[in-house]
Amino acid sequence: MKIQQLSLFVENKPGHITAPARLLAREGIDIRSLYLADTQQYGIVRMIVSNWQKAAGILEAHGYVAKMTEVLAVQVPDRPGGLADVLGALDGSDINIEYMYAFPYLRGNQAVLIFRFNDPDAAIAQLQTAGINLVASNELLK
Amino acid sequence: MNSLLESGVTDCHPASAPDYMPVDELRQLQLRRLQAVVERASEHVQHFQSRMDERGLIPADIRSLEDISRLPFTVKSDLRDTYPFGLFASPMKDVVRLHASSGTTGKPIVVAYTQDDIDVWTSVLVRCFAGCGLHRGDIIQVAYGYGLFTGGLGAHYGAEGLGATVVPTSGGNADRQIMLMKDFGVTAMCCTPTYFLHLIDRAAELGIDMKDLPLRAGVFGAEPWTESMRRHIENRSSVEAFDIYGLSEIIGPGVACECRRHQGLHIFEDHFYPEIIDPETGEPLPDGIEGELVLTTLSKQAMPMIRYRTRDITMLLPGRCECGRTIRRMGRIGRRSDDMLIIRGVNVFPSQVEAALLEIEGTLPNYQILLTREHGLDQMEVQVEVTPQMFNDKIEALQGLHAKLQGALDHVLGIRIKVALVEAHSLARSEGKAKRVIDRRTS
Repeated sequence: MKIQQLSLFVENKPGHITAPARLLAREGIDIRSLYLADTQQYGIVRMIVSNWQKAAGILEAHGYVAKMTEVLAVQVPDRPGGLADVLGALDGSDINIEYMYAFPYLRGNQAVLIFRFNDPDAAIAQLQTAGINLVASNELLK
Repeated sequence: MNSLLESGVTDCHPASAPDYMPVDELRQLQLRRLQAVVERASEHVQHFQSRMDERGLIPADIRSLEDISRLPFTVKSDLRDTYPFGLFASPMKDVVRLHASSGTTGKPIVVAYTQDDIDVWTSVLVRCFAGCGLHRGDIIQVAYGYGLFTGGLGAHYGAEGLGATVVPTSGGNADRQIMLMKDFGVTAMCCTPTYFLHLIDRAAELGIDMKDLPLRAGVFGAEPWTESMRRHIENRSSVEAFDIYGLSEIIGPGVACECRRHQGLHIFEDHFYPEIIDPETGEPLPDGIEGELVLTTLSKQAMPMIRYRTRDITMLLPGRCECGRTIRRMGRIGRRSDDMLIIRGVNVFPSQVEAALLEIEGTLPNYQILLTREHGLDQMEVQVEVTPQMFNDKIEALQGLHAKLQGALDHVLGIRIKVALVEAHSLARSEGKAKRVIDRRTS
């Protein structure tokens, strides 16, 4: 159920995302989603990529500091209330969202929400109990 | 010597006898040797002779050890100005070895040894190792560079002189260093403290815990290091970490070394006479007061050094060491007078930055100090490369790290500075050595 997300430390300066993007492009790695968390000085590029082992290897070999983080992907209907329903399933629990981002899913009228929870296992149980659809890694990268 | 062994002193070797010489005897020996070396330098070194003439001094003016303060200083540029052989006091046929500094700017500094000089050098290193509790049967890996640099060969001869087994790996190739440490059952390591920290990290990556190795002592030198570095090394490996001090101009490693009490470094003062001076005025300072270390070689033949200004800042420690040695001790070298940066009127040393970073991170990330001037005001920025260990994919955690570094550096330095987290491998390195300070202030 858990998805491997690749995070990369970059300085907040022009061109600093271009170089790693080129490296991945050259190796034929597809970036399924990308989210940037930034401060004035530096940022974290979070990516779901088609082959994370290979991507991490390439980036590290070029001196980048990359880290793998386990996140959860939740599929929701792309309509008003889709997000609210998912979050509602966590009501009354101690589960905290450390960060989240969303992207549209190309097959069907669906969106994918990516979550990093403080307690991923508890979150899986809670979401599944509420009948919410978690996306497996192989499905997301199809 | 026998009486010492009987009295339970175990961390010594026959060569260690001068460490325990009665003080008045030691002072007499020093005076005799000082008079002889001044005589020798006056006779054979034109440069020294001219300096003596300028002061109207002759060797016979040195009647007591206190008279040493009348002698002229020798500074690093004297070695450069007389390159390559101008300060030699022996004919080349008696010189058996030359060493040279890396000389990052211009010509290197050349130093020379007669066979007697090599023997003295070996004997002081034997005394260092013995003081660290090492002896015949120990396996000592020497990972200082072998070659023109004095570190490798100096430690090598000393370890052999001790009767230990030497593994002369020289520097570099961390994986092989670790493999040999493990496979040979190495019990003591000689290298720079930062290189040893690197080996600990690399070993962990290879799945080897340094604590599982038979390693029990580390003799670390060739760069200033701190008590916090000692704690990290000792927590993450089974070594007892010893600070060894030396410089090529004097002899190489082995001028001074810690004993097992770790309360300062014993100076082998039967061969190297120490003084502490005020670096501004050149006036001698009393024991217990910090100043610049000045050394005179008392027995060196090929290249005597009279009152050589080391630029290292330390003090002579008052009182006798609990280990029983009578030779004096100096404090650990934390900084050099020529490393000092003056930022908005406050004295700042790169080693303070290093100690603070190490305290927080447990290992030393690559860093650089950038000095600029904005609206007439000095600005200091410490740029720290983010290592995989430091990186966390939560912004909050990175901001926390940033704030922690900022707080620790402001506290240690006593001035407000800027801290920047930068990408790994983004700071310039010259020939593998990190360039620590970039000064872009224009006066």
